[in-house]
Amino acid sequence: MSLRIPCPICGDRSVHEFVHGEIRRVPDHVTDPDERDLDFAFHHDNEEGVVTERWFHAQGCRRWFEIRRDTTTDRIVEPSES
Amino acid sequence: MNEFVERQMKLTWRPPKKSYDVVIVGAGGHGLATAYYLATRHRITNVAVFERGYIGGGNSGRNTTIIRANYGIPAAVRFYQRSVDLYRGLEQETDRWLMHQQKGILWMAHSEAAVRTERMRAKLNTEFGAQTQFIGPRQVQELCPQLDMSGGGRWPVLGASYHPQGATARHDRVVWALAEGAMERGAHVHQNTPVEGLILDGERVAGVRTAAGDVAAGAVVSAVGGHVSRIAAMAGLRLPIRTHRLQAFVTNHYRQQFGPIVASSELFFYASQTARGEMLLGAEIDPQPSFSYRSSHDFVQDVCRRALCLLPFMGNLRVLRQWTGVCDMSPDYSPIMGRTGVDGFYLTTGWGTWGFKAIPAGGEQMAELIATGEVPELIAPFGLDRFARDRTMADRGSAGTH
Repeated sequence: MSLRIPCPICGDRSVHEFVHGEIRRVPDHVTDPDERDLDFAFHHDNEEGVVTERWFHAQGCRRWFEIRRDTTTDRIVEPSES
Repeated sequence: MNEFVERQMKLTWRPPKKSYDVVIVGAGGHGLATAYYLATRHRITNVAVFERGYIGGGNSGRNTTIIRANYGIPAAVRFYQRSVDLYRGLEQETDRWLMHQQKGILWMAHSEAAVRTERMRAKLNTEFGAQTQFIGPRQVQELCPQLDMSGGGRWPVLGASYHPQGATARHDRVVWALAEGAMERGAHVHQNTPVEGLILDGERVAGVRTAAGDVAAGAVVSAVGGHVSRIAAMAGLRLPIRTHRLQAFVTNHYRQQFGPIVASSELFFYASQTARGEMLLGAEIDPQPSFSYRSSHDFVQDVCRRALCLLPFMGNLRVLRQWTGVCDMSPDYSPIMGRTGVDGFYLTTGWGTWGFKAIPAGGEQMAELIATGEVPELIAPFGLDRFARDRTMADRGSAGTH
């Protein structure tokens, strides 16, 4: 079974209907402005475990929403609307 | 590695020493190739490779074993051509049968735009040392009689770029040959020994903490696939890497011979025949970042639907096996090799969906960097600092797997 994304409007739909959106957070310990720009543009947390991420229902209601997902198992943890 | 294989091979397992000149994290293709070339080209044998699982059990055992150099930017064409050349000599060099088979790759064009792209690819490849030529539909059909040239009516084959040096090899045999070659010259490989941390001496990486104790090292190389962000974080680094799954599958035995490797970047799939006669199919990475090894039914469904447009005979085959690797994707779809800005810590990562074909060249170049202290010309453009310097190596069109 492929990953199903719980859209708050349309319900569980195939991941292929959605566009993944990462929430970019530059860590506070990066202080140099150039370093912060570089981090924002390119670096990823790439966390193994539960992450909060945004999805855009491109082929559905075209809404952005936030979900929590465990990247080691692809299990959706708790859907919540942002 | 299973017992049967271990009996066939001359591998001497030794307990970890307290200190090594070079410690490599990850006993996959790239880690073992680095150890192998350090030993054979530079006589550096005080080397340990630490592996959390078993030799070649990560992405080296989860790919589609395609070897080719028909890339889209000059630096990449040169680098992968080096790898193609090394692969061609690797059986003789290691004195092991790697089941290396040159098949040729046909990269289909189904539209005028794609014809233009493939013509450009052929020109650029030829210019920078890889043999690729654009061929018309008649020659395509001769090379691969099974193709439906009308593409199911929707994806007509208008031509293809043909890269005759395209090849496949047996993934296990490649990693075992490199492991044997490195170990018989004195390098150590420690399986089931995860690296749990890095030992920092001020700003410098001076060793690794492993499940078998602390080990000092003159240089630490991360050749990890799939979890590199975690290793880099131990050195205080953040990487431009996101990890995605990549799936592939094989069908049951197809009785006829299927000569070349067939790829289409408009239909997003590629197919080749394994030595056992199975048809092997691969396609793009899964859309969500993930470390899960689970494979999905909709992937098989999607890829079959697309592949059947070009290769209708596969409608009579059945899917036999499916697997998943986790790929460290770089933002520009090019690898990241070299120094990291942290003393004593080297990276070879960003191998995304193109790691297997680069094993010998990646290992050779990393070994040269570590042994000589100078960045070899071939991999200089692929340094981690290219993102800060605004010199990304964008080559998404060549990955063939997105």
